[in-house]
Amino acid sequence: MTESAVAVTTKQDWMSDQEVRWCPGCGDYGIMHAVQQVMPEIGTNPENTVFISGIGCSSRFPYYMNTYGMHSIHGRAPAIATGVAVTRPDLDVWVITGDGDALSIGGNHLIHALRRNVNLKILLFNNQIYGLTKGQYSPTSEEGKITKSTPFGSLDHPFNPLSLVLGAEASFVARTHDLDRKHMMETFKAAHEHKGASFVEIFQNCNVFNDGAFEDITSRKVRDESMIELRHGQPMRFGADLHRGVTMGKDGQLRLVNVADVGEDAILVHDETRADPGLAMALARLTHGDHGVTPYGVFRAVDRPDYGTMLNAQLAHVSDTKGPGDLAALLRSNGTWTVN
Amino acid sequence: MTDTVKRPTDPQTISRVVVRFAGDSGDGMQLTGDRFTSVSAALGNDLMTFPDYPAEIRAPAGTVNGVSSFQVHISDHDITTPGDSPGVLVVMNAAALKADLHRLEPHGLIIANADNFEERDLEKAGYTSNPLSDGTLDGYRLVEVPMTSLTRAAAEPLGVKARDAERSKNFFALGMISWLYTRPIETTLEWIDRRFKDLVRDSNRAAFLAGYNYAETTELFEHPYQVNPAVMPAGEYTNISGNVALAWGLVAAGQLAKLPVFLGSYPITPASDILHELSKHKNFGVRTLQAEDEIAAIGMALGAAFAGNLGITTTSGPGVALKSETLSLGVSLELPLLLVDIQRGGPSTGLPTKTEAADLNIAMYGRHGEAPLPIVAAKSPAHCFEAAIEAARIALKYRTPVILLSDGYIANGAEPWKLPDIDSLPDISVPFQTELNHELPDGSKDFWPYLRDPDTLARPWAIPGTPQLMHRVGGIEKQDGTGNISYDPDNHEKMVHLRADKIARIAAEFAPTEVQGDPDADVCVLGWGSTWAAIDAAVQKVERAGEKVAWVHLMHLNPLPNDLGEILKRYRRVLVPELNMGQLCRIVRANYLIDATSISKVQGLPFSVSEIEQAILGALHD
Repeated sequence: MTESAVAVTTKQDWMSDQEVRWCPGCGDYGIMHAVQQVMPEIGTNPENTVFISGIGCSSRFPYYMNTYGMHSIHGRAPAIATGVAVTRPDLDVWVITGDGDALSIGGNHLIHALRRNVNLKILLFNNQIYGLTKGQYSPTSEEGKITKSTPFGSLDHPFNPLSLVLGAEASFVARTHDLDRKHMMETFKAAHEHKGASFVEIFQNCNVFNDGAFEDITSRKVRDESMIELRHGQPMRFGADLHRGVTMGKDGQLRLVNVADVGEDAILVHDETRADPGLAMALARLTHGDHGVTPYGVFRAVDRPDYGTMLNAQLAHVSDTKGPGDLAALLRSNGTWTVN
Repeated sequence: MTDTVKRPTDPQTISRVVVRFAGDSGDGMQLTGDRFTSVSAALGNDLMTFPDYPAEIRAPAGTVNGVSSFQVHISDHDITTPGDSPGVLVVMNAAALKADLHRLEPHGLIIANADNFEERDLEKAGYTSNPLSDGTLDGYRLVEVPMTSLTRAAAEPLGVKARDAERSKNFFALGMISWLYTRPIETTLEWIDRRFKDLVRDSNRAAFLAGYNYAETTELFEHPYQVNPAVMPAGEYTNISGNVALAWGLVAAGQLAKLPVFLGSYPITPASDILHELSKHKNFGVRTLQAEDEIAAIGMALGAAFAGNLGITTTSGPGVALKSETLSLGVSLELPLLLVDIQRGGPSTGLPTKTEAADLNIAMYGRHGEAPLPIVAAKSPAHCFEAAIEAARIALKYRTPVILLSDGYIANGAEPWKLPDIDSLPDISVPFQTELNHELPDGSKDFWPYLRDPDTLARPWAIPGTPQLMHRVGGIEKQDGTGNISYDPDNHEKMVHLRADKIARIAAEFAPTEVQGDPDADVCVLGWGSTWAAIDAAVQKVERAGEKVAWVHLMHLNPLPNDLGEILKRYRRVLVPELNMGQLCRIVRANYLIDATSISKVQGLPFSVSEIEQAILGALHD
């Protein structure tokens, strides 16, 4: 990054003058406010920040940020953002996407951006429905879901976004939800601090087409008993008085237990820097399918060289060894002859 | 020349020759032809090559499907085509003879590797009897040489295993042809030393010298031939293929625009060589990224353009289809973007290694919505350099995606290129927007990303990192000026027209259209792209025969030159030769209401000179 000093900005500096046009009550508002509120804490400049989105309700997001931005094509934001990030390492590049945009039409670009570890912060708003097209099932919708395009129930097996991106060897993987502004801000900040591709899944409520999709996990009533907050270096405990925890059995399976039954030492301690993504994968799939106890927080944050840095280092190295480009010499590089 | 053996006779001077090397895909015919070409170029001959190879990397050995050929036309005068029919055909096996004999001119010379005309070779090639002895070749001059066994005999004493030694037989053939056309041996030997190592080098050297000496001492040929240097304009020349010229043109465009170049590309025949070439030149600030697919490749290029690079993507027909949606976004965002389409036979996978020019329609119309964009077409291998710079210039000046059309024929073909004076190349740089550009009623200023230049209608290019100019662009229709989202009906109509006007205005800066041949003729040939070579030769032949014909060759296919309609209307007949079903012909008929005639060829091959010549003569006398 080239910012020589930490920029001093306020939330207002990050808000554009455009009218926000999401449905009243949409979870996107909470996410937008969290982003706008965390940006001053991150300490970068609006002029050095780029938001790139695909198509879908969430992809309207860049219009509402007073930064550089592009509302692009369905599914293609990670590819377009790659072109920005690898040529301009001085910029802070964010990708805003949804479950249909990132995991259905744009699945290929997502996994390859993560595989290459392009310096992007990818925020996936997962509402388990197609909202902009008015209510078809998405690649994260549960099996059997009744929607306009599946009146007798969806036959599709859903993606678990986190296990997909862990499979693509994403170097930073986190999950948060739209009802917890503080946790969102903390997670976005951690995503920003990570060098390379950061992937954050945000449980987001679509109150028009899929209202309450995450209610059994994220609502205040059940949250403590249904969500495991992952903290680096901390035991994986949850519930009232942290009486519940996660252990691994001899068979390699993760199990939810009462801490009193197994003792504190038996509870797994979270290590987000673990090179092997196996445990992060197991945590991501703790409750695949039917909702149940769900971990959130930073699953994985490992150091791996980012693509742009490597590409630019290669350019510098070739220039050092071959000398700066000389067009006249290039045109003569295959041998010449002279006609008098 | 270092040889001291007396020649059977002195060389006979001829003005031109077309040699075709044909063999199995694994026989190294492309390498052999390329080497012969390089030596001839260095001797100062004018030349044009035509590599012709199968799509399969290695089709079944010895079959007609696996034949790979390389045709080269060398001359002591200005030529533009690789020759309609070779005068010399070198065949390394029976299948090569079967595949290419029909191309040979009457009384032409066949040099056949007699070792590969055994019963099994004939069977695989589909011959029921041996064409070398059954009268098939009556009417040609046949020289049979057991090249495989002679090569083995030359290389085995060096410790080369028999099977490995046989692989040098293409150098035996090259040696023979080098003697026959008095090419110097030293440069090829030096090249072999650079290119190969150890026993492979020794084997190739031995085979090359053996072939040369064999031709000289056996009196198979009456005498060698000499093709004198062509009279070409003074200057420094290099031998260049279209794809390399295009890649260098892109490097030059970056330098001339003072912008870093970004190429997003996905491998596809016959465009991949541009990706390969550009990947070598990182010291020019050229970044290349082999993307996960065609869509990502253009997406990355568009992102790079948004960030202030010269964004480029290279592909062929199927890739153009996949990139269509992003081109439309580029039209809407009004950002500079260059798509290079090396056309090949289609539709679908079609004929991936064969040429065609049938992507003009998709370049013109292959987008959703009203999405016009400029189209530039290269006409010859060397011209790809200039065409690449021109396409980049238009993209940058008008902030628009541009499609540059080349095709497999000029991409892989090579010709001598008189190196341009670097200082004479155009400055194509454009300024980035750095200041607020719009005054508010209270006198303060803000930034309107769609406030246009009144002359070019281009919008400002304000790149991320520029203070105060933060703005959002997107595929949703924008309000004229502010660039804010607008669904207003009148605004949409205005924006559709503005985008079209911007492209149409480009024609105002074109030089007056040049009419070649005889402008006072009553027949005019209208060409574009790689048909240039065959049309040029055909027009010359017609003129030498005392007839008059006019010729217009287009580099800009959209917008078309403003004077084109008036020019074409002067002629009784307008002929439009194209390697498609008449795509430009339909455009000029529609635009100018003239009764233009399509001359169509879709065989995966370029036009022969005689095909164009016959069409012209037919029109002159109908």
